[in-house]
Amino acid sequence: MTVLEDAPAAPQAAGADAPPQVDFDTDPTRYRHWRYEVEGETAWVYLDVAEDGGLVPGYELKLNSYDLGVDIELYDLTQRLRFSHPEVRSVVLTSGKESNFCAGANIRMLAQSSHSWKVNFCKFTNETRNGIEDMTANSGQTWLAALNGTAAGGGYEMALACETILLVNDRSSAVALPEVPLLGVLPGTGGLTRVTDKRHVRKDRADIFATKSEGFQGPKAVDWKLVDETVSRKQWDATVRERAAEAAAGSHRPVDGHGISLPPLAREVTAESDSLASIRYPNVRCDIDRGARTATITVLGPEPHAVPESLERIHALGADFWPLAMTRELDDLILRLRTNELEIGTWLIKTQGSIEGALAFERVIAEHSSSDWLVNEIRHYFKRTLKRLDVTSRTLIALIEPGSCFAGALLELALACDRQYMLEGTFEDHDEEQDPAQIVLTASNFGTFPMGNGLTRLQSRFYGDDETLAALEAGSRFTGAQAEEAGLVTDAPDDIDYEDEIRILLEERASLSPDALTGMEANHRFVGPETMETRIFGRLTAWQNWIFIRPNASGPEGALRRYGTGRKADFDQKRV
Amino acid sequence: MTSARPKIDFDAKIPNNVDLASDRKLQRALERWQPNFLDWWGDMGPAVDTKDVYLRTAVDVGREGWAHFDHVPMNEYRWGVFLSEHDPDRKIAFGEHKGEPVWQEVPGEYRADLQRLIVIQGDTEPASVEQQRFLGATAPSLYDMRNLFQVNVEEGRHLWAMVYLLHAYFGRAGREEADQLLARNSGSDDSPRILGAFNEETPDWLSFYMFTYFTDRDGKYQLGTLKESGFDPLSRTCEFMLKEEAHHMFVGTTGIDRVVTRTAQLMNEHDSDEVAGAGGIPLEMIQKYINFHYTVSLDLFGNESSTNAANYFTAGIKGRWQEERRKDDHLLTDDAGAVDAVRDGQITTTEVPALLALNQDLRSEYMSDCRGGLKRWNRILEKHGIDARLSLPHVGFNRQVGAFAGSHITPEGKMISAEDWKAQESKWLPTEVDKTHVRGLMHPVLEPGKIAGWIAPPSNGINDKPMDFEYVHFN
Repeated sequence: MTVLEDAPAAPQAAGADAPPQVDFDTDPTRYRHWRYEVEGETAWVYLDVAEDGGLVPGYELKLNSYDLGVDIELYDLTQRLRFSHPEVRSVVLTSGKESNFCAGANIRMLAQSSHSWKVNFCKFTNETRNGIEDMTANSGQTWLAALNGTAAGGGYEMALACETILLVNDRSSAVALPEVPLLGVLPGTGGLTRVTDKRHVRKDRADIFATKSEGFQGPKAVDWKLVDETVSRKQWDATVRERAAEAAAGSHRPVDGHGISLPPLAREVTAESDSLASIRYPNVRCDIDRGARTATITVLGPEPHAVPESLERIHALGADFWPLAMTRELDDLILRLRTNELEIGTWLIKTQGSIEGALAFERVIAEHSSSDWLVNEIRHYFKRTLKRLDVTSRTLIALIEPGSCFAGALLELALACDRQYMLEGTFEDHDEEQDPAQIVLTASNFGTFPMGNGLTRLQSRFYGDDETLAALEAGSRFTGAQAEEAGLVTDAPDDIDYEDEIRILLEERASLSPDALTGMEANHRFVGPETMETRIFGRLTAWQNWIFIRPNASGPEGALRRYGTGRKADFDQKRV
Repeated sequence: MTSARPKIDFDAKIPNNVDLASDRKLQRALERWQPNFLDWWGDMGPAVDTKDVYLRTAVDVGREGWAHFDHVPMNEYRWGVFLSEHDPDRKIAFGEHKGEPVWQEVPGEYRADLQRLIVIQGDTEPASVEQQRFLGATAPSLYDMRNLFQVNVEEGRHLWAMVYLLHAYFGRAGREEADQLLARNSGSDDSPRILGAFNEETPDWLSFYMFTYFTDRDGKYQLGTLKESGFDPLSRTCEFMLKEEAHHMFVGTTGIDRVVTRTAQLMNEHDSDEVAGAGGIPLEMIQKYINFHYTVSLDLFGNESSTNAANYFTAGIKGRWQEERRKDDHLLTDDAGAVDAVRDGQITTTEVPALLALNQDLRSEYMSDCRGGLKRWNRILEKHGIDARLSLPHVGFNRQVGAFAGSHITPEGKMISAEDWKAQESKWLPTEVDKTHVRGLMHPVLEPGKIAGWIAPPSNGINDKPMDFEYVHFN
């Protein structure tokens, strides 16, 4: 919903064609739309959107509606609960407004946004919703939605990401998915999918619910499984507390843990010329070539001697512990490139560093990830960051060269790519003596970092080819030719061919339709079984993005643009 | 690199102006490919057992003395790699990249198209060697045998030229395509040559002259359009190939000259058109061979209206004949052109965007070039006091590709029924009787200075050598 405003829809805001550079840096002292309070084992998270706090001009965030800026803060908040608050075992998501939970994504914002902005916005919010579910499942921080007012559209979708939904029974608050009847689009942030797949609402009821703009109030919502419980105003506070305590009781989080802080990232952005730019972090480098429309992302591996000798040391290092530092930087880079560099269509993924160093860190993570909350968090954070790569609409090419450290977890970066090219041997005219590139399989490649489809990247790669998969063992090392033989890389040219092959590949790729590539890559990356996640990123998102570009939604007479003008949408009635 | 490769003196073995001695990539590719090429030459090249042949070998690209003449054992022929001289200021002359500097590397965007063009061109070169494999055994003179072998080794060199491009610029995929060029064979059931015309055996010397006149002339026009390419190495390669191609067409032109001359002589000697009994080839039969070879070659230009040709032009990878001498915008995006068409049983034209009409444009250039040969041969007839004339058939006659395919059109350009065509076909195209007669004349003449009775001697020898020079030595 459903932001009810009187003024007619503004013309396309100036920001629509040239979206602003988006920064994902924030911290609780800078939040404008959220606040949280930790009380014992429970964190109370309040959505309290500042109406004048939109990320770009042109709309007001009325009725607790949100835009990308609101969601950036939510993402930051989830990360801080994970890393800085080990004591938190349950999280209550509620509204800081009187009698209104959240009206969903801001319609005026959607109506004025370019297609790519809408798509990026939805992708990021989807990832954050999935991240909330991941917290419940894997971090011992169970989320409860305490809907103290109406939750409509994206507001209800936010609640759907929580494990439990409570709705106040005040004879007016409701849950609703009004996108179809009011806006001519879908509840695309997982709404349609979670109603059926997670809450197991029958499909005919789901159909009614998703076409009934006012939604359902408490008792009916409970009856139809749209919420878990409805509670009178009088009982509200006590019940929510009780449920939060119950959720906390099942957590495996330590009671005496000490959180770590997440300081701002050290990031240096330079524009060397009109066509060359770089983004540098201590552990991740990105070089953008606008002419070639490529970004070369190099993850710098750890040094073997930098491996912390004890768990205490890892906690003391905190955000400086290499796996966490690197993952934060990579995560930030992916988000920035995705949002701000739309024309950089191909990402070349490299690593640089010591294989032995990477393996030493692997061993530390493997040793502690099931027993230590922080190490566990880092593992799942890297898992989610890899998933971000999986759903990134860019061509991903891994370049595996001498001096690289694609071992175990870092090899997952290469396996997430659409293709992998590995130099066989060394570069002959290289100044220094080099060892040929190697890749190394470890336990990390066999289940530590599942994809959204529930499979490992190796299982996805060799889908239906169990024999090849079975021949792969943790601990194996491969040179270029061996990796090609084993099917782990696309090609392993030697130094005579390597540069030409890559150059031609990249130029050829750059000449193909970006839309067709996005569709093709997404199809190839997610083989096999559907999960709620793949259904959200595949089916729901693809339909939503199709609807977004159709005149019935985004045309001048479409529902999205006409909303709030007092005029009815004028639909093209042909079913397609 | 650590592997110890046998050191090959590339410059001595392979004359070149592409700095082969310092190009590791090319060396490795050629090291593997050259033995396969020699095997292919042994299996599929000229079947006559010779000791050596007086051959021209390309050794440079300069205006003066680009070639060297000597007796060479054919399997020791030094197939070289030559590109015409580099013009550092050359710009793309047409299409959407017009005015940009030419490409020295394959632009990835056009890799597939360029590779395809080079493979198709490359496939025709060894094909003709295969088609002509047994001809040497019935050569009408040593001079002609030598010319056949000269054409053969140079077609082999043209294959090298295309293989060079594949090896030097197309990476692994290019090497694989280069191997395929030797794996396909003319007339093979399993893996034939790409273009149909190159899967027919050249059964006799009249066919050979016709092939070098008409079909090699198609090659000249294809090379001419590739010479305009924005991909500079392809352009420079084709420019140099055109030099050699000129000799092949010379063999065809003068070969037909000499057949016509001999026929005219016999007609006068016997005061009759019917010279078959006198061991000659009647004019009517020559006309049928012209009809056949000309129309088969017209088919090689493809459909009148072609989106491929349009794409190649827009991309800047294949231009028009003498692109740079043409006075238009070289973009053609706003122009229209008329192409041949058959509508309601009538031969007509239809207007299409100029970009789509490029095949027809090239075919028209080719057709007017072919008329030059007819003028020549008719002058010979005139000189001998003979009234009959040879002519080119109508463009729609005997066509299997393009707008006229499926229609029945007489050499004069009249649309007729299938039945009428069947009844008259033997008047227009070589019949089994004609072919048997021509084949029956094919007896080798291996004595220096002597020549078969169905053809006149050439007016000059090769490289100022006399006609009785021993152009070929046998074992």
